[in-house]
Amino acid sequence: MMKRTAIAVVAAGAALAMGLTACGSSKTPSSNSSGGTNATAVYNAAIGKVFAPSTKKGGTLRLANSGDFDSLDPADTYYGYSWDFIRLYGRSLVMFAPKPGGDGVNLVPDLAQSLGQASADAKTWTYKLKPGLKFEDGSPITSKDVKYGVERSLDKDTFVNGPTYFNDFLDLQGYTSPYKDSSADKLGLKAIDTPDDQTIVFHLAKPFGGFDYFAMLPATIPVPQKADTGIKYKEHVVSSGPYMFQTNNLGKDFTLVRNPNWNASTDPNRAALPDKITVQLNVNADDIDNRLLAGDLDVAIEGTGLGTAAQGKVLADQNLKAHTDLASLARTWFAVINSDVAPLDNIDCRKAIEYGVDHEGYQRAYGGAVGGDIATSLLPPQIPGYQKNDVYNFAAKPNGDVDMAKQELQKCGKPDGFSINVSYRAERPKEKATAESMQQSLARVGIKLTLNAYPQGDYAKLYAGKPDFAKANNLGIMIYGWGADWPDGFGFLQQIVDSRVIRAAGGNTNLGIRDKTVDGLVDQAMAESDTSKRNQLWGQVDKAVMDTAMALPGVWSKVLLYRPDTVNNVYVNDGLGGYYDYAWMGVKQ
Amino acid sequence: MVLGPEPVGGDTTTLVADEPIALAGARAIEGRSLGRIAWTRLKRDRVAMTGGGVVVFLILVAVFSHFIIKYLGHPPNEFNQKLVDATLQTPMGKFGGISWSHPLGVEPLNGRDLFSRIVYGSWISLLIASLATALSVIIGTVMGVIAGYFGGWVDTVISRLMDVFLAFPLLLFAIALAGVIPNKAFGLGGDALRIALLVFIIGFFNWPYIGRIIRGQTLSLREREFVDAARSLGARSPYILFRELLPNLVAPILVYTTLLIPTNILFEAALSFLGVGVKAPTATWGGMLSDAVHWYQIDPYFMLFPGLAIFVTVLAFNLFGDGLRDALDPRAR
Repeated sequence: MMKRTAIAVVAAGAALAMGLTACGSSKTPSSNSSGGTNATAVYNAAIGKVFAPSTKKGGTLRLANSGDFDSLDPADTYYGYSWDFIRLYGRSLVMFAPKPGGDGVNLVPDLAQSLGQASADAKTWTYKLKPGLKFEDGSPITSKDVKYGVERSLDKDTFVNGPTYFNDFLDLQGYTSPYKDSSADKLGLKAIDTPDDQTIVFHLAKPFGGFDYFAMLPATIPVPQKADTGIKYKEHVVSSGPYMFQTNNLGKDFTLVRNPNWNASTDPNRAALPDKITVQLNVNADDIDNRLLAGDLDVAIEGTGLGTAAQGKVLADQNLKAHTDLASLARTWFAVINSDVAPLDNIDCRKAIEYGVDHEGYQRAYGGAVGGDIATSLLPPQIPGYQKNDVYNFAAKPNGDVDMAKQELQKCGKPDGFSINVSYRAERPKEKATAESMQQSLARVGIKLTLNAYPQGDYAKLYAGKPDFAKANNLGIMIYGWGADWPDGFGFLQQIVDSRVIRAAGGNTNLGIRDKTVDGLVDQAMAESDTSKRNQLWGQVDKAVMDTAMALPGVWSKVLLYRPDTVNNVYVNDGLGGYYDYAWMGVKQ
Repeated sequence: MVLGPEPVGGDTTTLVADEPIALAGARAIEGRSLGRIAWTRLKRDRVAMTGGGVVVFLILVAVFSHFIIKYLGHPPNEFNQKLVDATLQTPMGKFGGISWSHPLGVEPLNGRDLFSRIVYGSWISLLIASLATALSVIIGTVMGVIAGYFGGWVDTVISRLMDVFLAFPLLLFAIALAGVIPNKAFGLGGDALRIALLVFIIGFFNWPYIGRIIRGQTLSLREREFVDAARSLGARSPYILFRELLPNLVAPILVYTTLLIPTNILFEAALSFLGVGVKAPTATWGGMLSDAVHWYQIDPYFMLFPGLAIFVTVLAFNLFGDGLRDALDPRAR
């Protein structure tokens, strides 16, 4: 359930080489733009509102990626930026509203005429397609194409990257893949009915009130069965959106041009301003930053923000800073306080850690204010249902409350403190800096931490995520982080706070939050089909977790995006998780 | 007579090879021992002497690092976040925050004193490198002498063993081992355990290099007249090994020890760089470089100083080692 974010890993040698290119271009984009609306660049101008609104079509939007997509195939992609970008050439049943600010987390119909119609038990969900939808070759889009798209996404042997929500929730009855389907039309899956070309009905194995979020997944983008070439489909995905592939050199670059069969009247959610979209892949990350600053590039597609070098330059220059947006990600950096490890089985000892830690130190480890806000609970504020709760006064005492921590230590019978280990992922310098900061701040109250680094690839499988290993190695604090696939209490909290997802064999996403009250509230929230009631329940789950003192929230993550003068109609969509809305962006001409 | 080194004392005429070192100094005819000749040659080599001087200085710094930090520096793990710009996260002030209080500046992000960390790192680096070198040299010498002297199947077995060790994927092994070692083992814990482990990894797997050199030297030495002479007088193997061969191997051992130390310093730095070394936040040169990689573009001084420390140390040891080799064996020049 953890959507991947591209993390730029910079090797020393490569980094030095980049340093040389970094000296190349450093033009300051000031007022060299013309045409379109002449909005003045202001810091955070694309947060909560659209910057330089425009309806003028034309031009080429140039994007670059420091890595590569996991796949361009709708069945096989799990990168957040890819879920944003794919909307340019694919339409799913529903999508996030193309609105800045809090409205962006709401779902609106895309291929469907309305959001899903649920049966009373929330196990059957029905969607009706809009009339007049067409693929790029002019053939009509039917509910069978949507069904086929979902069917093929179930095949995790062929498509290893995508999420598994449909595998987990649909009443599959043993169905594995359309490639092993014996029926003539390859539509043998019983869990999805297509009574006519406009209607599609999903049958779930268990009730789920938030199915519309599944209908938003790229897996519901229609795929014509005749054009499906399995793993090679990513070479030419048949477009249902406003753009289609003109060229596609995998691993290198590709170009999208207008899809003549896309009908804007069926699609109010995409502005589709540029005539052409080019994407370069595997471009040096520092080179991308420099080209953005110079105006030779419009968007860094990954949305991971500027690199350290460019960020330092931009923050020091007010004119450059005016071109940045500090976007909120639905992502929290936090640590789990492990109640398996003595003396942390005592809640007062856990509270001593909550009070003792320097929260500003945690924030600085993630880059200070640019890295995000000090988190007071797990649920990020932009997620519906968030209720402000600050059980341990993080906001009032950002450097920790030493007196309260000492009182709690008295209460738990360890007035002189205790010794535990703290684990972090060895490849992540920010987690290391967090551990070092915790070590310093907790030493103030006598809690001695020893730092244990583990390889991130096996962190959940063999180390922190394996309960007996964590216990045997005295891992009292486990540094961690979590991002939601979509902004919703279920998507964010369920996998990290529900104690019943903890498996003794390891590979856990919940590193050790075990509480009956929390579990009970999770059950209530899962069964609730009324959206606002459900959101409120997730807010209560968040509060209950903090009451257990098993989670030590660190930072609600943010990212510094650069918005060159060349683009207009640009805003950050919170539903997509803090990316610019690529389907809305235009270029000045 | 041209290929091998002279027997100790430079004496091939006497059949009494007993106590050659003690005798050497007392001889009026030869006048000077090999050691004194070597020292005279070394003294004339300014480059080597400079290197040697730096080496002595570094060893003193390392040995007294705790005192230096206590009286001249700050606790090496102490944060000084008020010296760091909260937005940019880089040290305030020029050149990485250099000031009287922090002569080499401070780390970005947390403001730890670089001078103290580099001084403390010298202790860790030199400790690990010298202990590991000692381990390699001891194992290598013993195995090399045994293989070279006895020959036959003993030589074959030991030589094949060396091949096995040389073929061992050491770096991968080290990385794997670092992930699985517990916090306490063999009665050691924390940094002591990590240091012991690094000494073992670096020392135990590097002995074949010196072992091969010693084996080759022993092979040529054992055919020499003074060994034949000792044997014909009824000397047994242990006597020949320890009293005849070993003293003649002191020169190559000394030279390769001096040259192995910088290699091991680099290896330790590499392991720390990869996160396999001593645990954070204990300062090591390699670990500091590894941290500095993320900052070099906005705070190059953080990378510069630990890098310089490694560079100077390795260079000094190498210059001194080369000079020592030239002095002990001028024909190898």
